[in-house]
Amino acid sequence: MVTAASPRLESKSPTGPIADRWDKHRFELKLVNPANKRRFHVVVVGTGLAGASAAASLAELGYDVTSLCIQDSPRRAHSIAAQGGINAAKNYPNDGDSIYRLFYDTVKGGDFRARESNVYRLAQISNNIIDQCAAQGVPFAREYGGVLANRSFGGAQVSRTFYARGQTGQQLLLGAYSALMRQVGAGKVKMYPRREMLDLVVIDGVARGIVARNLVTGAYERYAGDAVVLCTGGYSNVFFLSTNAKSCNVTAGWRCTKRGAFFANPCFTQIHPTCIPVSGEYQAKLTLMSESLRNDGRVWVPRSAGDKRPAIDVPEGERDYYLERRYPSFGNLVPRDVASRAAKERCDAGFGVGRTGQAVFLDFRDAIARDGEDVIRKKYGNLFQMYEKITDENPYRQPMRIYPAPHYTMGGVWVDYNLESTVPGLFVLGEANFSDHGANRLGASALMQGLADGYFVIPYTIGGHLAGRKLEPVDTGHPAFGDVETEVRERTDRLLAVDGRRTAENLHRELGRIMWDYCGMGRNADGLRGAVEKIRALRAEFWENVRIPGGTNEFNQTLEYAGRVADFMEFAELMVEDALAREESCGGHFREEHQTEEGEARRNDEEFTHAAAWEFQGLDEKATIHLEPLDFEHVKLTQRSYK
Amino acid sequence: MSGANPDTMRITLKVWRQKDTDAAGSFKTYYLHDVSPDMSFLEMLDVLNDRLIQTGDEPVAFDHDCREGICGMCSLVINGQAHGGDAGTTVCQLHMRRFADGQTIHVEPWRANAFPVVRDLVVDRSAFDRIMAAGGFISVHTGSAPDANAIPIPQETAEQAMDAAACIGCGACVAACPNSAAMLFVSAKVSHLGRLPQGKAEKDRRVVAMVQAMDAEGFGNCTNHFECEAACPKEISVENIATMNREFLVASFRSRDLG
Repeated sequence: MVTAASPRLESKSPTGPIADRWDKHRFELKLVNPANKRRFHVVVVGTGLAGASAAASLAELGYDVTSLCIQDSPRRAHSIAAQGGINAAKNYPNDGDSIYRLFYDTVKGGDFRARESNVYRLAQISNNIIDQCAAQGVPFAREYGGVLANRSFGGAQVSRTFYARGQTGQQLLLGAYSALMRQVGAGKVKMYPRREMLDLVVIDGVARGIVARNLVTGAYERYAGDAVVLCTGGYSNVFFLSTNAKSCNVTAGWRCTKRGAFFANPCFTQIHPTCIPVSGEYQAKLTLMSESLRNDGRVWVPRSAGDKRPAIDVPEGERDYYLERRYPSFGNLVPRDVASRAAKERCDAGFGVGRTGQAVFLDFRDAIARDGEDVIRKKYGNLFQMYEKITDENPYRQPMRIYPAPHYTMGGVWVDYNLESTVPGLFVLGEANFSDHGANRLGASALMQGLADGYFVIPYTIGGHLAGRKLEPVDTGHPAFGDVETEVRERTDRLLAVDGRRTAENLHRELGRIMWDYCGMGRNADGLRGAVEKIRALRAEFWENVRIPGGTNEFNQTLEYAGRVADFMEFAELMVEDALAREESCGGHFREEHQTEEGEARRNDEEFTHAAAWEFQGLDEKATIHLEPLDFEHVKLTQRSYK
Repeated sequence: MSGANPDTMRITLKVWRQKDTDAAGSFKTYYLHDVSPDMSFLEMLDVLNDRLIQTGDEPVAFDHDCREGICGMCSLVINGQAHGGDAGTTVCQLHMRRFADGQTIHVEPWRANAFPVVRDLVVDRSAFDRIMAAGGFISVHTGSAPDANAIPIPQETAEQAMDAAACIGCGACVAACPNSAAMLFVSAKVSHLGRLPQGKAEKDRRVVAMVQAMDAEGFGNCTNHFECEAACPKEISVENIATMNREFLVASFRSRDLG
């Protein structure tokens, strides 16, 4: 079967030589007259790397911008937690990097499930991002001579990662936040913190605003605009336990899906290999240990199953450095999906360590012997300290215990080359869209994409929408806003009226367990089919048995959270349907039926070289699948091999 | 010290409850009998809230998000100390093994006039954002940056800037200060940006604007108690305050040129 293109998915991907496509496209996009920009109103939802950089850059251009965030300050979005770094094709180390190589690595790392034109543009823009951030005062690590330092990250064969200690995400976000606050101070951005987008308002087929809830007063608020830019992050919290912040959720993206935006590749989720393992039933979230640790740490388990001796008592000959054994050329630096599956394989086979047996060792003994404890402390001191605070174990003396955990979601709202969804006027940026990472994201590429979308893509592409379409003036008095607000209000009231016996958290945990067991690191048709039934039953129970104290006209964290869980209960089913439909293994999506004899992922390029975009048809109805075939003109489809 | 801890701990909590900004608040007492020493402090509060919801009570409102010490959202005063007693630690990184079996723990919100209580342990820190909007930036439009390596910056300077830039904007410095001063927060940003060559062009304007905004928000003044540094989860140095005072003085002398 050759993938038949859906007429509903027009990628608008330019043609011609790949290096010229973005230039050509920018030239062909309509420009908004500078004097007219202030008349256009743009609503930007979310203030992470994508949202803050978009809001700031659009305001600098002269657009009238409204920015909303769920936290108490735009500086706290979850981009802040990214540790390792940001990639760029600067080739400062002179080690063979180029825009083309970054493009190539990203397409291949994504297991050939991303759009070539998008990825090439991302690699081109990567260099501008570093310039922009350095100019903003982001304190990147530097060499003694004063130039920027680079490191190799996540298995890249070149050193292209820029970093600010173990807090790169924080520093980049604070840079974007400062640019945003400059525009707030200048009166060009109106900033609304502690607001949660609850629905999209579509008028005459075009996104014209949102309805949000003021989380302090509980009031429903309407925001009208000529475009809506969604920068609302990923959905890893569908698993309950993930490395995401507690407020990360799928609500904004999902409500847009219910208003007609297609949701692409929801089953492409990234399980990060180096997280601190679960310690108890009360656990609220999982903490990531930066991937950079794998540059010096060696991953191992005992050679004999069930060996419960302390790590330091296991002699060298009885240790199985399984990544080095299976992947001699990449060793401990294999990409995330490969490293995670290998850890699962060892633990499932009974070789796991620690109290639960759901962990492997990440050992710095050899690195400390080679470089000295001081050098290791300088590189990873903050991470070692974080580990010790959580586990009460000293990683200088005994290896860390790590296990994979849900981390990043490559799937998201389907967007074209302009980052516009199937609802005209609704743009989706950063992790919230599906665009650039295919089936697996490489390390230090999320920060790159969020900032590329916000600083350097949307400022151009939004002009095509604003100047190219006839947009009638709309304000919040339009009946469509009233209708949407009524729906949102009724849904919230319905939640409060249930008055059952289980907490939203308790129900969320159960959903997370279903997703982790059947739609996590390993998936198979039987398990997935069963999961659909389980999710439906749990969703029904949620609406009969959730208990939410307090009312709607007040600061009510339980109510906010329950609304997000309700959406996860619906969205989870789409994730499972997508995993069922994709009869292949690729990147983070591993279907146990489709593997090589060595247990590696086996793609099915013949039938699945496409993005699967789902159209919502109503709850308990099967969503309709639309296919966008992916052409690989430049990067030859090959089986990824890290041996 | 975990070796001395039992499998579960008994904890008495005295938690500040306040319906909204205008309501009077008071401490309420809760007993937990099965706290695991491996729980984080916030997970312990999750357990409390789960119980309160089950029994028909209103859960305790508290701010939290990343739960790994970087977003700056969590903000509790524990037994009189902002973020609790551990050095260089946010509440979300604090674990119950740091407390004794049978201990009574007081939990309060940040207390400062410039941080009004929203509900229970949640406060409004938007004053910090307004100070940032007044001058906490380098004015560079997207697209107008030179090549990142065009301006070499000595490694030591970059490291010092990074030390100051590590601030997470949680407000513990304000909560810990007897005067509710925001000097450590403001000075960290002033010194992060002012130290770098990119930030020098608008150094005077920045420090004056940020200090004026800080005063307008009703934060107190620094009288050298240095409680801020002791409470700071990122261990930001009070030397930044000296830097800011110096910059402010110099800028004030030159203020006629600021226009």
